[in-house]
Amino acid sequence: MTKTGIGASVKRKEDQRFITGSGQYTDDVSRPGHVHAYFLRSPHAHAVIRRLDIAAAKAAPGVLGVFTGDDLAADKIGGLICGWMIHSKDGSAMKAGAHPALAQGKVRYVGDHVAVVIAETLAEARDGAEKIIVDYEVLPAVIDTAGAQAAKTQLHDVAPRNTVFEWAIGDKAATEAAFGAAHHVTKIDLVNNRLVPNAMEPRAAIGEYDPGQGAYTLWTTSQNPHVARLVLSAFIGIAPENKLRVIAPDVGGGFGSKIFIYAEETVAVWASKKVGRPVKWVSDRTEAFLSDAHGRDHVTHAELAMDAKGKILALRVKTIANLGAYLSTFSSSVPTYLYATLLSGQYDIPAIYAEVDAVYTNTAPVDAYRGAGRPEATFVVERIIETAARQMGLDPADLRKRNFVRKFPHQTPVIMMYDAGDYRASLDKAMEIADVKGFGKRKREAARRGRLRGLGYSTYIEACGIAPSQAVGSLGAGVGLWESAEVRVNPTGSVEVLTGSHAHGQGHETTFAQLVSERLGVPMESINIVHGDTDKVQFGMGTYGSRSGAVGMSAIVKALDKVEAKAKKVAAHLLEAAEADIDFKDGKFTVKGTDKSVAFADVALNAYVAHKFPTSEIEPGLKEGAFYDPTNFTFPAGCHICEVEIDPETGVTEIANYTAVDDFGVLINPMIVEGQVHGGIAQGIGQALTEGAVYDASGQLLTASYMDYCMPRADNLPSFKLGFTETRCPSNPLGIKGCGEAGAIAAPAAVMNAMTDALGTEAVAMPATPQAVWKVAQSQQKLAAAE
Amino acid sequence: MYAFTYLRPGSVRGASKALATKENAKLLAGGQTLLPTMKQRLASPDHIVDLSQIDDLKNIEQKGRRIVIGAMATHASVASSALVRDNIPALAALAGGIGDPAVRHRGTIGGSVANNDPAADYPAAVLALGATIHTNKRKLAADEFFAGLFTTALEEDEVITKIAFPMPSRAAYQKFRNPASRYALVGVFVAKRGRDIRVTVTGAGSNGVFRWSEAEAALSKRFSVKSLEGLSISASGLNGDIHASPEYRAHLIAVMTARAVAAA
Ligand SMILES: Cc1cc2nc3c(=O)[nH]c(=O)nc-3n(C[C@H](O)[C@H](O)[C@H](O)COP(=O)(O)OP(=O)(O)OC[C@H]3O[C@@H](n4cnc5c(N)ncnc54)[C@H](O)[C@@H]3O)c2cc1C
Repeated sequence: MTKTGIGASVKRKEDQRFITGSGQYTDDVSRPGHVHAYFLRSPHAHAVIRRLDIAAAKAAPGVLGVFTGDDLAADKIGGLICGWMIHSKDGSAMKAGAHPALAQGKVRYVGDHVAVVIAETLAEARDGAEKIIVDYEVLPAVIDTAGAQAAKTQLHDVAPRNTVFEWAIGDKAATEAAFGAAHHVTKIDLVNNRLVPNAMEPRAAIGEYDPGQGAYTLWTTSQNPHVARLVLSAFIGIAPENKLRVIAPDVGGGFGSKIFIYAEETVAVWASKKVGRPVKWVSDRTEAFLSDAHGRDHVTHAELAMDAKGKILALRVKTIANLGAYLSTFSSSVPTYLYATLLSGQYDIPAIYAEVDAVYTNTAPVDAYRGAGRPEATFVVERIIETAARQMGLDPADLRKRNFVRKFPHQTPVIMMYDAGDYRASLDKAMEIADVKGFGKRKREAARRGRLRGLGYSTYIEACGIAPSQAVGSLGAGVGLWESAEVRVNPTGSVEVLTGSHAHGQGHETTFAQLVSERLGVPMESINIVHGDTDKVQFGMGTYGSRSGAVGMSAIVKALDKVEAKAKKVAAHLLEAAEADIDFKDGKFTVKGTDKSVAFADVALNAYVAHKFPTSEIEPGLKEGAFYDPTNFTFPAGCHICEVEIDPETGVTEIANYTAVDDFGVLINPMIVEGQVHGGIAQGIGQALTEGAVYDASGQLLTASYMDYCMPRADNLPSFKLGFTETRCPSNPLGIKGCGEAGAIAAPAAVMNAMTDALGTEAVAMPATPQAVWKVAQSQQKLAAAE
Repeated sequence: MYAFTYLRPGSVRGASKALATKENAKLLAGGQTLLPTMKQRLASPDHIVDLSQIDDLKNIEQKGRRIVIGAMATHASVASSALVRDNIPALAALAGGIGDPAVRHRGTIGGSVANNDPAADYPAAVLALGATIHTNKRKLAADEFFAGLFTTALEEDEVITKIAFPMPSRAAYQKFRNPASRYALVGVFVAKRGRDIRVTVTGAGSNGVFRWSEAEAALSKRFSVKSLEGLSISASGLNGDIHASPEYRAHLIAVMTARAVAAA
């Protein structure tokens, strides 16, 4: 291992600029004469717009334009799309209600877009919006996930019973048969609480139209600018792809919420031509709460069939997934192929059958959020197995061990083929680090202080790197999920890597450069990672699903292979040797068995000067591109163990210990990986203990600011204890699996298994706030008193 | 935010005059409450009268058995003041537990007390310690100052200049934070000065800060946690929201009171 190569904890190159405030975010982009957009949003969850009078707004000082859904329709601007087709059990296609960027006659959630006002200043745009007269006929709102299908009110004409689809996976008959033969059946009801993503940088967009070129440029907070361009061009119809440039500059966090193509950037770029000025929109925090795509929101009933020895026979799951008022870009894939395909967990389960009904409600759209489907699956599997162990009087770690998959590859009953792993190794290591042996003593000691202490496991598995294009295509994806890279070696030997991945906090500028540095022997400071601009970078698929390492870096490897092969040809001429005799190591080309060598930078220079080789055989230059399509998902897995201590008098929970042992395959930069794990666990603990979006019955979001939406903070978290085990990922050249979401996937189950252990009942819901815990503790005390 | 005219008088008299004569004028202290409400367009004053250039409003001094704190003293300066820490440590600790460092370096005692947010911390201390609120016009006892949600006895053109806190023999503040906002979900200030024992509760009352007279009576017999045993407060008249029902608040009041007495 070199000081900057694969496996080295190199300090993040990008942090200098982020920490000193010199990052360039979308809101930092100023265009000559840019003006400001303000969206008038619906104050009602569900209403018909009887009358929309914009005359006074148009005449207001500074206002350049006021537009409504009619204006978009007149320009033949299409609605927002959902790019993953799901078919119901009966073979029918999912029911996608129209999703106009500005409302057409109806609003379907608080925050829905009614009109946009564009003015010289933001204050004038807001003043203008206050002059718009809207006559709403308020309709009853559908809010409750579990009750949406039975509600009398219907959101979309195309979707009876507010049902998007009724989908199923697995072998129903085999599962029923296994349940028939079961010795013990564990049943559980779970709610996976709705979360608001809360990236540090709110969404923003600035659209500009260049009449000379007849072309648009859109700066936007996107995790996947090429996909944004494709959707805005081919589906929404802003402009042909070659007339639309999308730039996603520095992006301050996304967690999934910036994958999607939203109304605001669509309107900003379209309106820039209408008003003849660049149009900027920056979300404020309240708008973010109201209109960023939310995450999770499942209601699930699950049953686990066991034999007498604690071997799992089958799992049966019924989930209702709330997709909100409209289908966001990838919403349909999350509660289906990203969720139910992981219901086998780390276990050898002979039969699984899962049904998922997706429903519309008068709430913000729900889509992928850190983990996207896998946290929901892990929560079901890990909560039910822990419950089963308690019910059967078995040790929860032992029960897991008895059921772990041990032979690879392993085909689960729900599509996935696990390629490599050692689940026992991560469990053992985590138990050691967490000192599970000493838990009894700690619990007794806590009891003396009047505290309830509990311990919970989460032996999670997830699927990353999404994924083989043909495979996802057969499952309904509207896109391929490969990645692209181009490696440009400059004449002086410095290197630019153009990647289709996009960094919004992950540290790609460092990890990708480490790969290049190791392969080409070029120092870190001579390597630039270029991303996020459709005019610079070849088409790429962007960053989500922990795919940038496994897929994005694999594409770079392929391009580096080509660069090396070509450079060898040039070196052979320079060294006057046969190409087969050239070795390349530590940035030097050598001739086998001689001391003749030439440095990489010299080869680069010669490749461009092109004096010393026949250009009829070898093209000048040193620049290669590659597209990499993965052959399988990757399967990060591990064991998280959480220990909590509860003050039953107040309901306050303290995370006393948190241990995570993860198998991410090969680690490129362990420090960055640890950072990803820390952040993920923090979000997972947030879901378990503090966070939850709450709508009241009329559809008002009660948690629309930090006054009421409780993000986890440093003082909610302990110092995490991390460990790693390693099984190489066999499906990609670097052997890496992905680490971006694991913490958020594993943590909720680990925390809630600890909470239910401490409180002595399975009936503890997320978020386990002090009030909720106090109530449970009280009823437990009453129960105990009655006994 | 709507447009407004910004004024920065050099004296309390000037500030008061601006309040009296300018259309829809509001005082600006640390701006930690006023500015967010203006940004959200929930408040729209036409004139802003900034107190920040009036120097003597920032002093913290000892006058006999009293600590006198200028209205423009920030939470951070109260928390770190040696005078306050030595003589009324519970007050310094309270100030140090408000919001976050940015808020504590801008927000002021005068602004907090004038605002009388039902979840604010200072009102509990002012009432429990029997402080006197000095304005440009008069002196008001704490008991006559707080008048319900976001309401005080202050008149339109009245400016708080300082607050005088008598030194207690024992005092402690226990705050149960709203998990999200970190304001007081329930905050209980217990203070003993001679025979005068006060227990004040913030964060919980639907009418703002209040004295829990039953607890005061119980503690007057003997200032000890034991005296509170079996004592509970009715949930009626307490706030309920997604973070805490009135019942939970009532329960927490008893728990926080006991903890405050133990800490005092
Ligand atoms: C993120 C955040 C967290 C917070 N957390 C807490 C918390 O945990 N506990 C807590 O108690 N508070 C909290 N606060 C509020 C904070 O303490 C504010 O400082 C306080 O509410 C107002 O003080 P200010 O100096 O900022 O007043 P301003 O916002 O400037 O003014 C508030 C009001 O008081 C009036 N006013 C100001 N000074 C005077 C005066 N001298 N005489 C008469 N009227 C005056 C103003 O006209 C205005 O109406 C928090 C605030 C924020 C932003």
